[in-house]
Amino acid sequence: MSEFIQYTLQGLAAGGFYALSALGLAVIFGVLGVVNFSHGACYMLGAVIAAVLLAELSLGFWVALVVVPVIMFGFGVLMERLLVQWLLALDPLYNFLLTFGLTLILVEAVKLRYGVSGLPYEIPAGLGGQVTVGSVNLSVYAIFACVFSVVLCLAVGLLMTRTRIGMIVRAATEDPGRTRALGINVGRWVTPVFGFGIALAGLAGVLAAPTRAITAEMGSNFIIILFAVVVIGGLGSILGAVVAGFLVGLVEAYGVAYAPAYAQIVIFVLMAAVILVRPSGLFGREEVA
Amino acid sequence: MRSRNTTAVSAIAIAATASLALSACGGAGGPQAAAAGGLSDDKVVIGLLNDQSGVYKDLSGPNSKVAIQMAIDDYKAKYADKAVAKDIEIVTADHQNKADIANSKAQEMYDRQKADIILDVPNSAAALAVATQAKNKKKLYINIGAGTTALTGASCNKYTFHWAYNTAVLARGTAGTITQEGGKSWNIVYPDYAFGQDMNKSFSAEVTKNGGTVGQSIASPFPSDNFATFITKAGEGNPKVIGSMHAGGDLINFVKQFNQSSLKGKVQLAVGLMFITDIHSLGVDQFAGTQFTDAWYWNFDAENKKWADRFTEKTNTRPSFAHAANYSAAMNYLEAVQEAGTDNADTIVGKLEGKKINDVFLRNGEIRKADHAVTHDVYLAKVKSSAPEEWDYEDIEKTIPAAEAYGEANPACTMG
Repeated sequence: MSEFIQYTLQGLAAGGFYALSALGLAVIFGVLGVVNFSHGACYMLGAVIAAVLLAELSLGFWVALVVVPVIMFGFGVLMERLLVQWLLALDPLYNFLLTFGLTLILVEAVKLRYGVSGLPYEIPAGLGGQVTVGSVNLSVYAIFACVFSVVLCLAVGLLMTRTRIGMIVRAATEDPGRTRALGINVGRWVTPVFGFGIALAGLAGVLAAPTRAITAEMGSNFIIILFAVVVIGGLGSILGAVVAGFLVGLVEAYGVAYAPAYAQIVIFVLMAAVILVRPSGLFGREEVA
Repeated sequence: MRSRNTTAVSAIAIAATASLALSACGGAGGPQAAAAGGLSDDKVVIGLLNDQSGVYKDLSGPNSKVAIQMAIDDYKAKYADKAVAKDIEIVTADHQNKADIANSKAQEMYDRQKADIILDVPNSAAALAVATQAKNKKKLYINIGAGTTALTGASCNKYTFHWAYNTAVLARGTAGTITQEGGKSWNIVYPDYAFGQDMNKSFSAEVTKNGGTVGQSIASPFPSDNFATFITKAGEGNPKVIGSMHAGGDLINFVKQFNQSSLKGKVQLAVGLMFITDIHSLGVDQFAGTQFTDAWYWNFDAENKKWADRFTEKTNTRPSFAHAANYSAAMNYLEAVQEAGTDNADTIVGKLEGKKINDVFLRNGEIRKADHAVTHDVYLAKVKSSAPEEWDYEDIEKTIPAAEAYGEANPACTMG
């Protein structure tokens, strides 16, 4: 039984992290209708910038947690202004291909500058060690990452549903024409929302830095899992991303415990099953599908 | 829709034309045997085929070209006017860790770029593809970067040599030594692809042979970032040693997450294959105490250090064993050309087979005639707890003599 609890806790810890990582993807799709394939690369950039801040400027984890999202927000704004906005009116496939191409450029650029074997990063002081209760234990950092992620997801959820800004953004996505007719400048909100989504990807990267290999390719595999998360949760749904994040974390942990070789396949079996029963995902709106 | 269809059709047409053109190129040319004595095309061409952009770039990659150039410089300095090979050229290609690309690049090197020898080729699948090309084209091939024992086993051939290490050597060095020293109970986690499965088999066999037991062998998906639950599972049954057979980014993920688990300090971590570049990227403290088998270490003795200093002057980084092995292979090839007075592949094979070598990379080295494994002393290394200087990460705990590390010649090899 204690083993089951152990795996459940590890699954939840991973799930919180998946939820935060997928959140930006969900926000950008929800508001702009853009399937941002470069989300994995932006996650990677977040981790790489954190490692560079530490190595070159001795700025630690806590500073990176604030500075990196700001930098990535700027990067997202540039990306939207220079590239993404020109393709918004066209078939979503165009932006998908654009962001896919951007991913290749970002990954190769980081490889050129920082090589392929990765950058070092350590657990921040005070978050090392484990918490042990009976025979069950969890690393302090995993608990921190999970709680931090959940709090942030809740904050974003509240921002979108309980504030004026959130209301405008949601209205703009539901019906841009009528929102415009009410005297709201819809276009003004598109850029910051895109930047915000990219900033979230960067933040997830910082959170990953102490526990994962920081390499140019770190996002390439991860983006696949994130797509599974947002598809299961329902494209564009923030609540969906959070619930599906935990679901995927748990399924993966149980997979490892009881059928290790199939741990990752299980996630995609889950995804296929959800799509078959509910094509728009667990919390997706029907018209999205 | 009309315009899209037109685009698609023309794209298909272009692709088809391109592939036709490529296959035509592949068929052109053919091996040109050197005239008896003398050099083919009046020069020696060394082909370096490896990963120039992916996960194995840092441990070998472009810096291996620097190592080979050092060998060429040393050869020219040594023989000056008497050198048989006055014009020596290096051609390089990136196989991107794909066997099909390695296959076509090797073909291009041998046929069109007139390569007399191909060096390096990390990644087992790519390595085996090139071995087949070497056999068909009757041209030399010295593998350095790949680990598979098939190169000197079922897939061995007259023109293929395996210079630096193989998975069986790693298993004998690491699993054998740790088990003998008291680490009797093991759990192994391995990535679920050819290399990982091979390593798992070799390590399990070696642990058992030395009186130990392997409780669980757990396959992990490849690649993977989240190993927390795998580590928990590997800790079940309280083993003394957990063996990680991962490489590159997976290895770094595994070790980072192992260090954050409750097993750190209670269970010994043994790593199947590790390069100095891995330690450098993760930081020496993260790997502290980890034992592994190294084929060569730059700071082992004065001779290695001297060579490493020359290498560092040109590259600003310390050499991995693959860099030193590329130098050694190129140097010994050129020495054989010098001795034979020709670059004819069959003649060179005759010169290399059975040759005993002591150089900066090979200690008590011998090019074994039976299976073309280049046997030499290897080392059981332990990662230091802190680095006295950058790149000084390893304590060499034990030299494993060539005979012990390489065992008997592989009976699966028939030199077909």
